Amino acid sequence: MTLLSGPPRVITAGAGLLRESLAAQAVATTPVDWRPPLPGTGRALARVLADPRLPAANARAVARLTSARPVLAAVRRASEVLDLGRMTFLHAGPPITWERASGPLRGALIGAMLLEGYAHDEREAEDRLAAGEVRLEPCHHRGAVGPMAGVIGPSMWMFEVRDAEHGGVAYCSLNEGLGKVLRYGAYGPEVLERLAWMDRVLGPVLSAAVELAGPVDLRGMIAQALQMGDELHNRNRAATSLLLRELAPAVVDASPRDAAEVLRFVGGNDHFFLNAGMAACKVATDAARGVPGSSMVVAMARNGTDFGVQVSGLGDRWFTGPAGVPDGLYLGAYGPADANPDIGDSTITETSGLGGFAMAAAPAIVRFVGGEVADAVAATRAMYEITLSEHPAYQIPGLGFRGTPVGIDLTLVARTGLLPVVNTGIAGRVAGTGQVGAGLVEPPLEAFTAALLALAESANDPLY
Amino acid sequence: MTPTDMVLVRPGVYHDSVALMRVSRSMRELPGVEVAVVAMATELNLALARDLGFRLPAAGPGDLLVALRGGDLEGAAAELDRRLALLSGARGREAGEQSPLTTRSAARRPADLVLVSVPGEHAFAEALDAVLAGLDVMVFSDGVPVGQEVLLKRLAEQRGVLVMGPDCGTAVIAGVGLGFANVLRPGPVGVVAASGTGAQQVTSLLDLAGIGTSHVLGVGGRDLSAEVGGLSTLRALRMLDDDPATELIVLVSKPPDPAVAGAVREVVAGLSTPVVTAFAGERDLTAAAEEALRALGRPVPAWPCWPARPGPEHPDGPQGRPVGPPRAGREESRGRRGGRLLGVYSGGTLCAEARLIVGRGEFTDYGDDAYTRGRAHPMIDPTLRLEALSRAEPGDVVLLDVVLGHGADPDPAAALAPALAGCPATVVVALVGTEDDPQGLHRQAQALARAGAAVFASNAQAARYAKDLP
Repeated sequence: MTLLSGPPRVITAGAGLLRESLAAQAVATTPVDWRPPLPGTGRALARVLADPRLPAANARAVARLTSARPVLAAVRRASEVLDLGRMTFLHAGPPITWERASGPLRGALIGAMLLEGYAHDEREAEDRLAAGEVRLEPCHHRGAVGPMAGVIGPSMWMFEVRDAEHGGVAYCSLNEGLGKVLRYGAYGPEVLERLAWMDRVLGPVLSAAVELAGPVDLRGMIAQALQMGDELHNRNRAATSLLLRELAPAVVDASPRDAAEVLRFVGGNDHFFLNAGMAACKVATDAARGVPGSSMVVAMARNGTDFGVQVSGLGDRWFTGPAGVPDGLYLGAYGPADANPDIGDSTITETSGLGGFAMAAAPAIVRFVGGEVADAVAATRAMYEITLSEHPAYQIPGLGFRGTPVGIDLTLVARTGLLPVVNTGIAGRVAGTGQVGAGLVEPPLEAFTAALLALAESANDPLY
Repeated sequence: MTPTDMVLVRPGVYHDSVALMRVSRSMRELPGVEVAVVAMATELNLALARDLGFRLPAAGPGDLLVALRGGDLEGAAAELDRRLALLSGARGREAGEQSPLTTRSAARRPADLVLVSVPGEHAFAEALDAVLAGLDVMVFSDGVPVGQEVLLKRLAEQRGVLVMGPDCGTAVIAGVGLGFANVLRPGPVGVVAASGTGAQQVTSLLDLAGIGTSHVLGVGGRDLSAEVGGLSTLRALRMLDDDPATELIVLVSKPPDPAVAGAVREVVAGLSTPVVTAFAGERDLTAAAEEALRALGRPVPAWPCWPARPGPEHPDGPQGRPVGPPRAGREESRGRRGGRLLGVYSGGTLCAEARLIVGRGEFTDYGDDAYTRGRAHPMIDPTLRLEALSRAEPGDVVLLDVVLGHGADPDPAAALAPALAGCPATVVVALVGTEDDPQGLHRQAQALARAGAAVFASNAQAARYAKDLP
């Protein structure tokens, strides 16, 4: 079959008149709903697209991302695995200083100071943080991710997730539950008591249980949870149930005395799986890092002030813009005025084709995207326009088991003007408040355009 | 009622320029609307609106600019919304379906060819998507940097696909007309064309002679330059050689770069299908069509002209002897002789051919990039050429082309005839088209002739006739 064998089926991009003229000749057409690229990106786009490395680089990056086989390998203390020295904390998002930190991040840092015994009270904690006595570093720089404020101190217990395909490893803390919790910037007595219990009971028991149960296949678990109505960011109910079912016997074997309490805690927190899922996403996206010339996004993360992205072909550089305030539903009497700008590393789920990208799998939470199941389906369908591939294992039953859209491509974001759909929790803006709601947030355009311009700078010119 | 201004900016709303020009024009026809600019807020369009006296807010090329002046603007704005909604609906978006936003996305569906006509600065991305998806592509857009053309064509070589263009205005694949294309009877002649209107002239004349066309493969005006190296021409020649429906190949182009000409000759020598070349300047397009007829062993007819010559037709035209309709009998009213000779063209190759034949006068190709930036091609939008006609003076001779077919003005005579009737100059028209074109060759010819023009199916003959006018 060659072009000349018969009347062609034609894709048309551009003038409607030319398409109409084909339609008048009864030719089958697929019109592209074309629009100009984002302002200021035209030249950079042309340079990046002309880089002869690009197609193979992106194919390789997204293949590594989707072929990763994350398994929950262990639960271990951060001090053992993250090389955290004294007075060092990891946090969510791109690098930030105490001066620029928002309320929830400050609150979480204060709580962590108290938890680690670096300060006796809130005032001392604040003083020492403000004096620059504490070293702050992004989780992403240590192969870790943290939800919301994402503060990790040396004593905290971490999920250790290994990539059985490429050999990487990633870490994430244990989920405390909803409401007044450290990750949303709360540090009151009930928060610290819960953390102390997690330190004393939950961590050791889970650690022993995972050791007994052996590595848990998170890729399979995520694939199943998608088919049970989770999108793995704002809904983790199915995945949490699956993990609980997998670990429960081992928890009992490991600690008959504490088993009921541990299982009650895990079972009572619909988001318990989120942190394990985030580490699974982190280990998969890390496998796709460092492919020269690739325009695929390997991290999206927020620190409550800035929204940052990292790109496979651009090493560990961050490209940032101001974090937006999420649009969503609020708990109790809270409202938009109480909301902090977007925060957390949990956008690693969207980076891996879950969360907002898999909204069509989670009709139960469509309230977050405007109320109609059709909106959730439209959100997922739109993401196929800016992604390189469809996930071979993570599928959406309602879309005929089509794989989730995965591998955000900077060039497609610039060409379509479509930004990644991000589901998120909403933290209170005042330190110590905790969670106030959940919803959707729009990433800042400039983070993506800045990354594209940088990639253009490093592009190979094929003609010289 | 004193006219007032209404200026609106719709951020992120995009429609293509041709569609918006149609909307602007239809808005001006509404009662109470004096001025209507509905356009993407490019520098050019912003300047245009400012020149019209509108005060404009900040807006960028990704935003839709609406500037209206008149009496009942509320009603007009509502009507505009209705018409823009129709445009969006025409894109075939269904509820719940995501329209593809890029060629890459559209290529997930079965397709054989991609037709790219987005603004030239953005055409590379769409064409590259096509090549990477293994699809042949026609780039109608002009203004694509030559470096991008070279890159696309090198990649296309690796992937075994054909890149037609950039600035490829015409193609016909198995009877399907793409861009500006005539309705041609099926037949044995395959055309490789670095010139769209050149291909249209040759195939239309062949059609008039009863000879059909298998395919017309455009390659873009720069393909045979040293930089591009004729990559698409060579591929297109081989494709037609392999095509069982093609018995004779006609290659229409400006004279190629000498090194490229060598490569072309080498490939042509190795083909099993005979090739007739029509390099502008060496042989006019009409002569090339006649050469093709002779190569097929077919008689060369007298090319039609209007008003028809009295008495029996004689096939005496082809050798360059003066042919043409009888003088229109309006010389007295046309005033004195010895005025200027003005070439007012929409087709670049036709313009160059006529200029060469006439050897004097002022020739303008209104299809050139310089005239099409920010407005539709003169084959669609007659405004600039009508203005040029209105500037003609008694004693002038105006030579112009009218190109029919898909994509072109659905009734060019409707706008031209009144202008011709009011024009004090002698007007000669080269009418390129076929009887099966949507506009109908004879219908257009008769309307133009009735308005006082001398009309020829052959551009070369029209040019000679104009040259020989006293």
